Amino acid sequence: MHEHRDYEGAKIGMWLFLFTEVLLFGGLFLLYAVYLHRYPAEFHAAGKDLSRIFGTANTIVLISSSLCMALAISALQRGKVLLSQRLVLLTVAMAGVFLVNKFFEWSAKIGHGIYPNSPGLLALPPGEMVFFNLYYLMTGLHGIHVIIGGAVLLYGWRLMRAGRVTPEHFVFLENGGLYWHLVDLVWIYLFPLFYLVV
Amino acid sequence: MSADAHDHPNFFQPLPGTKGGIASWIFSTDHKRIGMLYLYCIVAMFLVGLTLGFLIRLELIAPGRTIMGPQTYNALFTLHGVVMIFLVVIPSIPAAFGNIFLPIQIGAEDVSFPRLNIFSWWLYVTGAVLAVVSLVTGKGAPDTGWTFYVPFSAVTTTNVDVAVIAVFILGFSSILTGLNFITTLHRLRAPGMTWTRLPLFCWSLYATGWIQVLATPVLGITVLLIFAERVLGVGLFDPSRGGDPILYQHLFWIYSHPAVYIMILPAMGVISEILPVFARKPIFGYKMIAFSSLAIAFAGSLVWAHHMFVSGMSDTAVMVFSFLTFVVAIPSAIKVFNWVSTLYKGSIRVEPPLWYALAFIFLFSIGGLTGLVLGSAGTDVHVHDTYFVVAHFHYVIFGGLGFGLFGAMHYWFPKIYGRMYDKRIANWSCLIAFVGFNILYFPMFIIGLQGMPRRYYDYLPKYAEGHFISTMGSWVLATGLLLMFWNLWRGIRHGKPVGRNPWGAATLEWMVPSPPPHHNFEAEPVVTHGPYDYTGVKPDA
Repeated sequence: MHEHRDYEGAKIGMWLFLFTEVLLFGGLFLLYAVYLHRYPAEFHAAGKDLSRIFGTANTIVLISSSLCMALAISALQRGKVLLSQRLVLLTVAMAGVFLVNKFFEWSAKIGHGIYPNSPGLLALPPGEMVFFNLYYLMTGLHGIHVIIGGAVLLYGWRLMRAGRVTPEHFVFLENGGLYWHLVDLVWIYLFPLFYLVV
Repeated sequence: MSADAHDHPNFFQPLPGTKGGIASWIFSTDHKRIGMLYLYCIVAMFLVGLTLGFLIRLELIAPGRTIMGPQTYNALFTLHGVVMIFLVVIPSIPAAFGNIFLPIQIGAEDVSFPRLNIFSWWLYVTGAVLAVVSLVTGKGAPDTGWTFYVPFSAVTTTNVDVAVIAVFILGFSSILTGLNFITTLHRLRAPGMTWTRLPLFCWSLYATGWIQVLATPVLGITVLLIFAERVLGVGLFDPSRGGDPILYQHLFWIYSHPAVYIMILPAMGVISEILPVFARKPIFGYKMIAFSSLAIAFAGSLVWAHHMFVSGMSDTAVMVFSFLTFVVAIPSAIKVFNWVSTLYKGSIRVEPPLWYALAFIFLFSIGGLTGLVLGSAGTDVHVHDTYFVVAHFHYVIFGGLGFGLFGAMHYWFPKIYGRMYDKRIANWSCLIAFVGFNILYFPMFIIGLQGMPRRYYDYLPKYAEGHFISTMGSWVLATGLLLMFWNLWRGIRHGKPVGRNPWGAATLEWMVPSPPPHHNFEAEPVVTHGPYDYTGVKPDA
C-alpha cells in the first residue's frame, strides 16, 4: 500500500492540538483575571518582587528562538538542510538558556522562602499568596512546555539528520515550529501579567 | 461468512502472511480493530459501573444500614460516577462505533492519524488502570463524588490524587479521538461525499469532536489544580490562601456541562441513522438535524453555570445562564420533532434497533423536559441536589446515551460480526430494560420533589416507599440488560450468517462485506446519492 501523506490534514490536526493547549492555559488565565480583579493592590505589590531583568532577558531569548525556528523552516523549504539543522539546534540552545535563567530566578525566590506552602508565603496577605501561587503554576506549566517543545525540536533535528524530514517532507518540523511559537506566545502573555503589572 | 474469506480475510482474521495474535490487536492501527478494543473495554467497564450502581440501590432499599457502611457507600457512588462517566459514557459511541464506522461511512480507508488513534486507546487503558489503582492504594477509595468539588476534594485523606490523574489522562485520550475525527471528516471524504451527503452520525461526531477538543483541556487544568492543591499546597481554591472555591465549580462545569453533549450527541447521531432505515423514507429535515448538532455544541458551551444557581452567584448571572439553558432546548427539540416526522407516514418495519431508538426518544424527552425544571432558576432552588437531579440525569444519559448505545449495538451488530442475534430475545430484553428503567428512575422524580437529597447514605422513613420501588426497578433493569448482553454474545458465536445489508440501509458501511475486510474498499467509492436515499435499496437477509 502506498504511504499516505496529507500535509493539509497534519496541519489541521496540529492547529486543533494548539487550540487545546490554549484552552489548557486558558483555565489559568481565567483564574488570573478573576484574582487580579479581586486583589489589584496585592498583585501590584507582589509583582514588584519579581525580577524584571530576568523576565526581560527571557522574553528576548524566547522571541529570538521563535525567529530562529521560523528561519529554520524557511531554510529547509529552500533546500538548505545543513543551515536548517543548525538553526534548529540554536533554537533548542535558546530553550536551554531560557530554562537555566528560569532555574536561577525560581531558586532566588525559593531562597527567599517564597514558594507554595512555605511559611514565608503563608505569612503574606491573601492576594499576594494567590499571585505567587499563580506565578509558580503558570510559569511552571509553561516551563514544562518549553522542555517538551525543545525535545520535539531535537527529535526533528534527528529526523533531518536521518533524512526523514527533507525539503520535500517538512511537515514534522513545521508542526514542531508551530508548537514552539505557541510556547513563545504563552510567554508573551505571562511576561506582562507577572512582571509588568506593577 | 463470505465465500471469498480466503482471499479477502475480514478484519477479525489475521492479515495474509501474518500470524495475528494479541499484538496484532493492541498495536493495530486499523480503525476497526481499535474500535473493537474500545467496544469490549467499554462493555466491561459498563458491567463494572452497573454492578456498583446495583449495589448502591441495594443499600438504599431500606433506611439505615443494609449491606455496607457510609464510607464504603461514598466510595461506591464516587466510583460509579467516575467509571460510568469517564470510562463508559464519554468514550462509548464515538470511540467504539465512531472508530469502526466513521471512516467507512465517508468512504475512507482509515482515520487521518491511525497511530494517534491507537495511542488514544492506550491512554484510555492507562486511565482505566489508574482508576482501579486509586481504589486499592493510598488511604481508601476516593469519596468525593465524580465532581471532585473543593474544598472537600482538597482535604479528604482518600486517594483523590491518583483518581484525578486518571481523569486527566482519560481527557487526553478523548481529545485525541475528537481531533482525529475532525481532521478525518475534513480531509478524507470520498469523491462525491459532500458535507450535505454526510450521514448524520458523522455530523454528530463532528460536533462532538469540537466539544472534545475545546472543552476537555479545561477539565485537564482543573483536575491538575486539585492535584497541585493536594500535593504542592498551592491552594488556588482555598479561602485561607486567598482562593475562591466557586471558581473551581466554574472551571469544572465549563468542561463538564459540554461533556454531557459529548455524551448525548453521538447517540442522537445513531438515532438519526436508525429511524429512516426502518421507516423506509429519507430523514425529515436533514439539514436542520445536522445544524442542530452544531447548535447544541455551541450553545451547550455557554450554559455551565446552571449547575451553580444555589452556589452563590449574582442574580444577573443566574438569569443569563437560565436563559441560555432554555436556548439549548431548541436544537434538542428540533431533533426530536424531526425524528417523529421521519416516522410519520413511513412504511415502518419494527426491528430491535428501532425499539431501542423509540425507547431513546421517549426517555430522552422525559429527561430533556425535566432538565428545564432544573434550568429555570426558581424551580431549581427547590429541586437542586435532590433525587430529581439524579432522575433527570439518568433519563438523559442512561435513557438517552445508554439506549442509543444499545441501539447502535443492535443496528451495527450484523455488520461487525456478519451474523444476526436472536431478534425475539432482543425485543424482549429491550422491553424488560425499558420497563425496569422507568421503575428504577421515575420514583426518583417524586421523592426528589418531596425533598430527598442526592448522595445521602440514609433517609427519612417517608422516602422509604420510593426507594423500595426504585431498587425493585434496578433488578428488572439489570435482568433486561444481562439478557441483552447474553443474547448478543450468543449471536456472535451462533447467530445466523447475514449478507452485506440485512436492514436495507443506504450508507456506505452496508456496501462492504460483513464483517468488513482489512482494507475497507477495493476501490475508492464515488458517492452519487444521499445517505438516506432508499430508491432501489433492498434488505438482503
